Amino acid sequence: MSQKNNTKIQVRDLNLYYGDNHALHGIDMAIQENKITALIGPSGCGKSTFLRCLNRMNDLITSVKVDGEVVIDQKNIYDKDVDEVAVRKRVGMVFQQPNPFPKSIYENISYAPIKHGLVKKGSVACDELVEKSLIQAGLWEEVKYKLSDPGTSLSGGQQQRLCIARTIAVQPDIILMDEPTSALDPISTEKIEALMLELKKQYTIIIVTHNMQQAGRVADMTAFFHMGDLIEYAETETIFINPVEKKTEDYITGRFG
Amino acid sequence: MTQQTGTEHNPFYDASLTKRHLRAQAFKLFTLTSIVFAISFLVFFLGDMVYKGLPAFQQSYIKIDVAYNEKSLASTRKAIDKKYRRIVSRSWLRGIPREVENNPALMNTTQTRWVLLNHQVDQYLKGHYYKVKAKNIKLVDAMQADGLVELKFNEIFFTHGDSKIPENSGFKSAVVGSILTLTVMMVVAFPLGVMTAVYLEEFADDNRWTQLIEVNINNLAAIPSILFGLLGLAVFISLFGMPRSSPLVGGLTLALMTLPVIIVSSRAALRSVPDSIRQAGYGLGLTKIQVVQDHVLPLAFPGIMTGSIIGLAHAMGETAPLIIIGMIAFIPDTPTSIFEAATVMPAQLFTWAGMPERAYIERTAAGIMLLISVLIAFNTLAIYLRKKFEVKW
Repeated sequence: MSQKNNTKIQVRDLNLYYGDNHALHGIDMAIQENKITALIGPSGCGKSTFLRCLNRMNDLITSVKVDGEVVIDQKNIYDKDVDEVAVRKRVGMVFQQPNPFPKSIYENISYAPIKHGLVKKGSVACDELVEKSLIQAGLWEEVKYKLSDPGTSLSGGQQQRLCIARTIAVQPDIILMDEPTSALDPISTEKIEALMLELKKQYTIIIVTHNMQQAGRVADMTAFFHMGDLIEYAETETIFINPVEKKTEDYITGRFG
Repeated sequence: MTQQTGTEHNPFYDASLTKRHLRAQAFKLFTLTSIVFAISFLVFFLGDMVYKGLPAFQQSYIKIDVAYNEKSLASTRKAIDKKYRRIVSRSWLRGIPREVENNPALMNTTQTRWVLLNHQVDQYLKGHYYKVKAKNIKLVDAMQADGLVELKFNEIFFTHGDSKIPENSGFKSAVVGSILTLTVMMVVAFPLGVMTAVYLEEFADDNRWTQLIEVNINNLAAIPSILFGLLGLAVFISLFGMPRSSPLVGGLTLALMTLPVIIVSSRAALRSVPDSIRQAGYGLGLTKIQVVQDHVLPLAFPGIMTGSIIGLAHAMGETAPLIIIGMIAFIPDTPTSIFEAATVMPAQLFTWAGMPERAYIERTAAGIMLLISVLIAFNTLAIYLRKKFEVKW
């Protein structure tokens, strides 16, 4: 397979320490472009920590020390000459709890692009960007007449799609999602999953999930983490139907975790 | 009888029920008593203040002839008839030359005027203790029967500074002094306090140094205010040589005192901003400054304002540190800059409360009413701001 061409993120020997606690042990992983990669594993296995390494969100925690390389587009984002804020512009993030800013729907989306200088405040381009992002996030029809309402007035599922729209508006290449549907009802979850499948045409998506069925439904590739180790990483079907490792099989079949 | 049948047919009957209800009642009564007690104190205090202070908003005047001529300009008491000289205010008579200066047409005329009475006669007319000769009381009584004595609104209280003549003394220089002092205080303490809170809450690492700073800030908030006065005296006046008794030094001293309050309340407000907002910002590639400025601070703003206004109200009533730095001075003229000697409202009240004349006691009560009204207004403003800018989730 010519996978080398479409590897988006190459992780090499990534170690992470919370103070003295060695939380990630030498992770090697190649994440492919325009695919959905799911990270699964029991609580505390390091999958969220790993996800946060990919846009240097762990830098915000002072006790964290990271070793190794995360190469995105031929550049290690942990190199000294890389600014973590610039990394996060290219690698957007959606969180577990929908966390819109307590501002209007319009401002929620336009705020970051304006700050990044992508569009000018109050310009036509800005309106278009908001509309485009909301359409992509599948929220436009529901909110087009109430863009000035506060983002927090929407339902949980709508808020989460607003957060996705907000992330898209910054025009990243990669979107990280940390259990994006765990706070949502099944119908909202279904909408977000459909949205993910739509978005992967343009973006590389990495999702942490506790929900095995969700990984099975949306992910192209699945990585199983356990106790800070990457146990197995393969195509989703392989992981679910024919895992190589005993631990993976035990977890998938619900014997632990 | 009915109870017995009730017991027979009631599977939920509890023998201790009556006792329990009684105890609950007693406890409720006990708690109620304490609040009634507390409120009655407050009502008594406020009632007493209003009762004592309200008369100060009126002042007695008498309608008599005033002669404006060379003789009366030279010796102002000669402007009025001899028999009135012991009952009108010396301070009013002193104003005659200035009146002529402002209006030269008055020269060599005799006008019928409402003339301010002195404080003893004023107290007599208000029905309080007085020291006036029987002859003069008869005179005032006779004039009052003719409608020539009147209680008018006391403008002097709002337009004059302190005076050794009670009927001529007012609260204005103290009010202006307070405004100047508190302005200096807020200009210094608000930005310093908020910025310190932002640094400690958003930027500082959690290490021994920041913990030490934190503990010390909390300790500072509990230090007796008079020590801040001594600190202000030592640092601002002795070391930096700033003008004594000035609103500048007073404001800086109060700023030292209020800083911990502002820092602690601002930190609490910043901490109550959910971390998810910061995460959202960082996830979008915003810098720390953008996140703090545009998302965290606006959300923390109501809390910061509430804390600061309460600190301001606290500082407004503070007397001890200001006495130490000399703001207890006798200030007849309203200060016009922060470098002039000034006094503040509570210090003025302190001065008046120690005066023997009944008229000063009256003014003390009136001043307290003003001070309390402003405090209530500040606290109302704090509640209003919190409600108005509170973001609903």
